[in-house]
Amino acid sequence: MIQDLLGETIRSLSGNKVRSGLTILGIVIGIASVIALVAIGQGAQNSVASSIESIGSNLIMIMPGSQRVGGISQGAGSSETLTEADAEAIGQISGVGVVAPSVTGRYQITAKGNNTNTETIGTVPDYVTVRNVSMDIGSFFSQQQVSSSAKVAVLGPTTRDDLFGENANPVGQTVRINKIEFKVIGVTTEKGGSGLSSQDDMIYVPLTTAQHFLAGNNYINNINITATDQSLMTSVQEEVTNLLLARHKISDSSNADFRIMNQNDIVSTATSVTSTFTVLLSAIAGISLVVGGIGIMNMMLTTVTERTREIGLRKAVGIRKIYINLQFLAEATMLTFVGGFVGIIAGWIASIVLSSFLSITPEISTTSIFLAFGVSAAIGIVFGFYPARKAASMNPIEALRYE
Amino acid sequence: MIECKNICKTYVNGDVSTQAVRGISFKIEKGEFVAIIGPSGSGKSTLMHILGALDTPTSGQYSLDGKEISKMSEDELSDLRREKIGFVFQAFNLLPRTTVMRNVMLPLLFSELPMKKREEMAKKSLKYSGLDDEKLYNNFSNQLSGGQIQRVAIARALINDPAIILADEPTGNLDTKTSHIVMNAFQELNRNGHTIVLITHEPEIANFAKRIISVRDGVIEKDTRNI
Repeated sequence: MIQDLLGETIRSLSGNKVRSGLTILGIVIGIASVIALVAIGQGAQNSVASSIESIGSNLIMIMPGSQRVGGISQGAGSSETLTEADAEAIGQISGVGVVAPSVTGRYQITAKGNNTNTETIGTVPDYVTVRNVSMDIGSFFSQQQVSSSAKVAVLGPTTRDDLFGENANPVGQTVRINKIEFKVIGVTTEKGGSGLSSQDDMIYVPLTTAQHFLAGNNYINNINITATDQSLMTSVQEEVTNLLLARHKISDSSNADFRIMNQNDIVSTATSVTSTFTVLLSAIAGISLVVGGIGIMNMMLTTVTERTREIGLRKAVGIRKIYINLQFLAEATMLTFVGGFVGIIAGWIASIVLSSFLSITPEISTTSIFLAFGVSAAIGIVFGFYPARKAASMNPIEALRYE
Repeated sequence: MIECKNICKTYVNGDVSTQAVRGISFKIEKGEFVAIIGPSGSGKSTLMHILGALDTPTSGQYSLDGKEISKMSEDELSDLRREKIGFVFQAFNLLPRTTVMRNVMLPLLFSELPMKKREEMAKKSLKYSGLDDEKLYNNFSNQLSGGQIQRVAIARALINDPAIILADEPTGNLDTKTSHIVMNAFQELNRNGHTIVLITHEPEIANFAKRIISVRDGVIEKDTRNI
C-alpha cells in the first residue's frame, strides 16, 4: 500500500517535471533562506558572546557614575568617587576573588620616532587574572613595582606593532608616555576581538605610577573584580553595591555615584540584540516559506482540476475516498520534502558562502534542520489538505463527465 | 442476481425537485445480457448510476448478488464497486501516459495483493479479453488502436472477476464498424457466462442484447426478450 502510494506520487509528479520543479524551487528558497539566516544569526551571536567572554570570566566591573554639579549631570564616568580604599574594602567581601582597580587615560606615546595615541591603563598585577591577560614576551609588573611607582610599561601587541614594528621584541627599550620615560618589560598575547574597544591596543603601567605621573590625582576609574563562582555573581554584585552606598554615604540607590555591570549582563544585552535580528531575519525568510506553500497549494489545485476525470475513474473502479485523499496529500508532502531537503543543503552552502564575507562562523544546529524538515512537512500537509479533500470528495458521476 | 424494487430517485436543486426515476422494478438473473434503452432524460443514466453503486436510490430497494445496497456508506459502495462491478465507460476512459498494465491494474491499487500477483491477474485478464500480444502490455494506452483500447477497458472491468459488467454507452463515440466489433466482444463475454448490463440510446446497439428494457420518463415502458 505504501509502495502504491509512493509509486503513484512519483509517477504523477514526474509527469509534469517543470511544474513540480518550479513548485519545489519555491520551498527550496524558503527553507534555504531560513536555514542560512538562522545559521548566520547564531554565528554572529556566538562571536559577540565569545568576544565579550574573552575579556575575563565571572567579571564584575564598577565604574564611576555621573556627577551632578548643581543639578547638571556631567555624564557617566565624570565623577571621581572611587578610591583605592573602596577597592580594598570590596576585597574583604566574601565571594570576591580578585580585585583590580585601574585608572585609564589616553595619552600620546612615542618611541624611536614613532608615535601613537592609545589607552593607558594603570593597574595592579591582579588585573592579569581578572581580565584574562596573558604574556607573550617578558612579564607583567609586580606588586612591588606598583608600591614603588616604578616607571615600567607592558604593551599590547597592536601598540607594540605601531611603535616598534610588527613582532619586534621591545623589552628593555624605552617609550615615552605623555613625555615621561617608561621602560618596556613585556608584551601581552594577542586576544583578537575587534569592534568593542580592542583588547590589543593598550598599554599597561603600575597603578600608582599612573596616578602620580599621568593622572595627577588619587582617584581610580574602574574596579574590576571577579566572583569566585558564577553562581555568586548576583550576590556579590548586591553586596558591593550596598558596601559602596554605605561608604559613599548615599541612602537612595538611584542617586548612586557609581555603576556596576557584570559580564553576564553585557553578554545578554549584546546577544539579545543579535538574537532580535536573527528572529527578524528568519521571520522574513519564513514569509517566503509561506509563499512557497501557497505555490504548492496552487499547483495541487490545478492538478486536481486537470485530473478530474482520472479521479472520477479511480472512484468508479472502487478506490476508497481515503486513498484519493492520501494520494494528493502525499504529492504535496513529497514536493515539500524534496524542497526541504534541497533547501537545507542550499541553505548550508549559502551560509558558508555568506559568512566567508562576514567573517562569522555559521552555526547550523540540528534543531534548525529538524525544524526545517518539520515545517516543510507541515506546509505540505497544510497546503495540500484542501486540494486533497477537494479531490477526494468529488462525486464520481460528475467527475467522469468532466470535460 | 440484481433485484430492483420500486426504485425512485429525486434530485433536489434548491426549491425545484426533479424525479428522474419513479418506481422501477425488475430482476436480472445471472448470465443475462440486458440492454437498458431510452432517450436522454428518460432516467436511464440515473438508473445506471444506481445499478453501478455510484449513487443510492431515494427510496426503494436494490440488491446486488444478495447484498442490499440502498443504505450503504460511501466506503462500502466503493468496496462493492471494486469487488462486484466491472465498468466499461463511454470512450473507455483509460489513463493517458500510463501503461496498459497499469491501466488494467488500476482497481487493484491500494489492495493488499503483491505486485506480482497483480501483474499475473492483469495478464490473465488481458489475454481473456483478446489482447494476446504481450509486447503491447508496457505501451502507453494512447499508443493503442481503437480496438485494442476497448480490449484493455474490458480487461480492466474483468480483473476482479465481477458479478456484473456494466457498460455505459460503450459505443458512444465510435463509428458503426467499431461499434459492432465492441458489441460482438460483449456477446462473446456473455456466451462465456458473464452477466452484462448495457446502457444505450441506440436501438440498433440494444438489439445485440438478449433482453431490452426500455425506459421513458423515469418508468419502464417495455421489457422484451430478443430470441
